[in-house]
Amino acid sequence: MAQSHVIRFGGAAMLALALSACGAKPPKELPPEPGSNVSTTVSTTDTQTAPVNQTVAGSPADFTAQMMGRDTIHFALDKYNIDPVAGSALQGQAAWLLKYPLRHATIEGHADERGTRDYNLALGERRATAAKNFLVSLGVAADRLTTVSYGKERPVDTASTEEAWAKNRRAVTVVVE
Amino acid sequence: MMKPLAQCCLFALAVLLATPAAAQTIAPAPVVPPAATPTPNEGLSVTVSDDSAWASLGVHIPAFATNQDVPTSATGGTTARLGRGIAEVITGDLKNNGLFKPVGPNALPAIGFAEVGAPKFADWSARGAEMLVQGGVAANGNGNLTITCALFDVSLQQKLVSASWDVAPAEWRRAAHKCADKVYARLSGESPFFDSRIAYIAETGPKNHRMKRLAIMDSDGANHRFITTGQAMALTPRFSPDYKKIVYLSYLNGMPRIYVYDVDSATQRLVAETKSPTFAPRWSPDGKWILYSMAQAGNTNIYRVSAAGGTSQQLTDTPGINIGGSYSPDGKKIVFESDRSGSQQVYVMNADGSDQHRISFFGGRAATPEWSPRGDLIAFTHIGGNLRVAVMGTDGSGMRYLTNSWQDEAPTWAPNGRIIQFFRTEANSGKSTIWQVDLTGRNERRLPTPVDGSDPAWGPVRD
Repeated sequence: MAQSHVIRFGGAAMLALALSACGAKPPKELPPEPGSNVSTTVSTTDTQTAPVNQTVAGSPADFTAQMMGRDTIHFALDKYNIDPVAGSALQGQAAWLLKYPLRHATIEGHADERGTRDYNLALGERRATAAKNFLVSLGVAADRLTTVSYGKERPVDTASTEEAWAKNRRAVTVVVE
Repeated sequence: MMKPLAQCCLFALAVLLATPAAAQTIAPAPVVPPAATPTPNEGLSVTVSDDSAWASLGVHIPAFATNQDVPTSATGGTTARLGRGIAEVITGDLKNNGLFKPVGPNALPAIGFAEVGAPKFADWSARGAEMLVQGGVAANGNGNLTITCALFDVSLQQKLVSASWDVAPAEWRRAAHKCADKVYARLSGESPFFDSRIAYIAETGPKNHRMKRLAIMDSDGANHRFITTGQAMALTPRFSPDYKKIVYLSYLNGMPRIYVYDVDSATQRLVAETKSPTFAPRWSPDGKWILYSMAQAGNTNIYRVSAAGGTSQQLTDTPGINIGGSYSPDGKKIVFESDRSGSQQVYVMNADGSDQHRISFFGGRAATPEWSPRGDLIAFTHIGGNLRVAVMGTDGSGMRYLTNSWQDEAPTWAPNGRIIQFFRTEANSGKSTIWQVDLTGRNERRLPTPVDGSDPAWGPVRD
């Protein structure tokens, strides 16, 4: 599973790099990030559909772009365990973080609105910590990762439905600028 | 027990009220202009008439009279206008707890200053009044006001209780609340609670990016004041018993931590210097201790620290989430919430952390327990699908719901242990409002706030 994910991750990385190189101006020559073997001279293709969006490799925007939604993992009701889908996403996050070892990240833990405020703050912290521990188990240094809980105060889906609550029970990894 | 209060106490009260400097710093001029201040009468009021014999007691409250209508520095205006305002505040207080049927000054004839101590009982009896609250407002040479208040039994033609206060003009509402407290205590046999303040979280903005600010107000919503700007999210405030400090959670610098905010100096300090997030602060009844919860490695435990600072003492130590906590009125026990059994339930322990045992065994989850200041009950949030406010005995027996809505949570007690405040959230919109309910669950009303509100916390009756 881990291997297949790395392959997918690699594909996403190439796609993102391809897109990032499609600006009107030629890409700037950038010093490679430590640990990065990726060349910045990627051929420009598909100029009709690509957005003008120059993402710097190893930047927070690069992380977000490459994760393609997998910067966020989800949890079952009142649970904080990492299920296989979340584990796969965290492996993708870990691969990026291991590639850019100077980057730090904050993991934001959230709960759905159907709990009390205090408890949900603690539950969000617990979820963020579970995600952090998983990343650490994959080799990311613990001192690069901080956690913060927003409890139920920052829903991503504002509806009051089971579907929205499932989206809001989450931990989001944000690479620090 | 039902006798009028001793005059010596009233004198002491008057002396305390005559030195308003400290109190003024707590209650500065209202940010919200008087005209925009929501009156308590606007709240939803569900009054029952079959509760008990005195629930339908007709209390008439004409405008307080003045010996001379002169300007004052109070926001309420001249002494005559203050006299009407005082009667309106008393009417609102008595109306809003659902126990009385007060008739306010707008529906009653004015009285003369000489009548204050000698009511025209025959006239009031003819109007159907059973109880009569009369009073006067006189401007003193030193700029203060002397506000007098008396409760009469119309059929007995007898004075039941009276008091007077020498107050700075800015404090006139406090005198009205003190008068309402006298009437309430004398007629119900319960302890007073109107002259108290409330800390809460003022909420504005969209559901996914709400601005949450610490705010304070009088028990009837007057003298409203925002404490924080909203740049850092604020949650779960609690007034110290002396009203000089507020503990609350702030996301200052992006890190959720508990701060002790000093009202007079407008400064704050961390309750504990830690790299870990701290939540759910609570005061001990004597104001000497602060309880808080801290998350470390995913587990949350309850700690206590001296209000003066110093080293924290860990009170719980189990895997999972132990959070909240509320002292019994004698300070010897703490009721708190823990999911050590698998879901949120209510536990009690001694104040030093010993003898932790679960008391909630009625199905569903039980959260945010708060010990009544009378010591007899614990209010909490019951989660069984919807979130509802409920009470139970201190051993977990006799659980009963007080509210039935989609999401009611975080009950806190009025100083007299007869009224509970909580906040209600609407599905989808996320709009939150502050409500009060009495222990019968039948008298429920919304407390008007300038914007949405949550996490209401009552302070004690003021000296």
